[in-house]
Amino acid sequence: MIRTTCRPEVMGTLMMNDLSRRDFIVTGLALTGLVTAPGAALALTDAKAKALVDQVVNEINRVISSGKPVGAMISDFERIFSRYADVNIIAQSTLGPDSRRLSSGQMRAFVDAFRGYIARKYGKRFNEFVGGRIEVKGVRQVKSWHEVASTVYLRGEAPFEVRFLVSDRSGQDLFFDMVIEGISLRLSERTEIGAMLDRRRGDIDGLIQDLRSAG
Amino acid sequence: MAACAAPGPGHSPEEPFDPYEPTNRKIHEFNRSLDRAVIRPAGRGYSNFLPDDIETLIGRFAFNLSLPGSIVNNILQGNGRGATEDTYRFVVNSTMGLGGFFDPATEIGMPEATDADFGETLYVWGVREGGYVELPLLGPSTERAAWGKVVDVFTNPLTYALDSPENYYGTVASVSSRLSDRGRFSDTIDSILYESADSYAQARSLYLQNRRFELGQGRGGSYLDPYDATYGTADDPYDLPTGSYGDPYDE
Repeated sequence: MIRTTCRPEVMGTLMMNDLSRRDFIVTGLALTGLVTAPGAALALTDAKAKALVDQVVNEINRVISSGKPVGAMISDFERIFSRYADVNIIAQSTLGPDSRRLSSGQMRAFVDAFRGYIARKYGKRFNEFVGGRIEVKGVRQVKSWHEVASTVYLRGEAPFEVRFLVSDRSGQDLFFDMVIEGISLRLSERTEIGAMLDRRRGDIDGLIQDLRSAG
Repeated sequence: MAACAAPGPGHSPEEPFDPYEPTNRKIHEFNRSLDRAVIRPAGRGYSNFLPDDIETLIGRFAFNLSLPGSIVNNILQGNGRGATEDTYRFVVNSTMGLGGFFDPATEIGMPEATDADFGETLYVWGVREGGYVELPLLGPSTERAAWGKVVDVFTNPLTYALDSPENYYGTVASVSSRLSDRGRFSDTIDSILYESADSYAQARSLYLQNRRFELGQGRGGSYLDPYDATYGTADDPYDLPTGSYGDPYDE
């Protein structure tokens, strides 16, 4: 809005006596920045959600084309996952209602073990992506989050769709789920973590121990 | 179709509806041992024996022969556009694609195949999903999709148009292409069947999520916000279990 009303050709003639044109533009831009910055920081927009996923996808594409050995890809994937995903909420939601039983120490240990488990389990599959690429297609708001759609092109396969669900409810713009052809990583892992917990007859510490070597 | 079971009113949309779980689990164990003993080694052998390009040709040939069945189902669903697009694809790939071994339709940018089946037709007609079932050999399904498979044996016009043995080519090719998929996606399938803590529950979850996605349900609207559990949900209308998914922040 401010940018429009401050357009030099509209206001310029009125103020040219007091300010040089250049000064005016600089002041106008500064004002625009001041006024829009706090608003932008408060709300996650489609554009910001898409920018986040663009970054994620760029980093993944770089890993895929790097030709690194699997071990290096796993640590790259762990770094991308920690930086752009809300690992806390993903880990916590895979526990479902059981998450309320955890002490804060147990939760920290669980989230840590979960991060490594996800990195190993999915990172070791990255070699199947070699020679492929991901393209971000579009974004829309769904309920309380933004859904960024992308298409994965792999050699010799039909392209398939991956959606990233982005939210700022943690205080940062992070993705909290990846949905591949309708299959949610978070919901699939909830099934898996639930089964692992059952196998330990509900023992959280046992589950954490198992997770450290799983994947 | 009235045979499809219905979940009770208190059933959470995030929980799979699985009234036949004990039987399903027995069939799952059977499928798993069959896979381990026969299908997995056969798939690997097949996939290693044949060059990838040949496998791709067979896969395309099988898929092309399934198109007339999709066209019939599109018509039954009242999807004229899908029926037309699939017909063009079938004509182009059967002629320029030398009987479906090549896929010029995709190369010239024709719309994706609809892949319609009778299970989807039942969904369009408003038949409910029914309980989850695991079928011997065929694997995960729902009651609705299983009835659909039965009917689809008869929906493909090629079955009637071709004489024996030509009418078996499609069946042979599709069995081959399934074996080939078992070999090519070996790591993925192994990780579900042999590496997950509960392979039955994992296969059920993956199948139901993907099937609903293909039917166009659960496009975003079926998740819950996971943040609601942590950050409070009291006034958030999205917490109501309206869809099958939730925002994880809600729980």
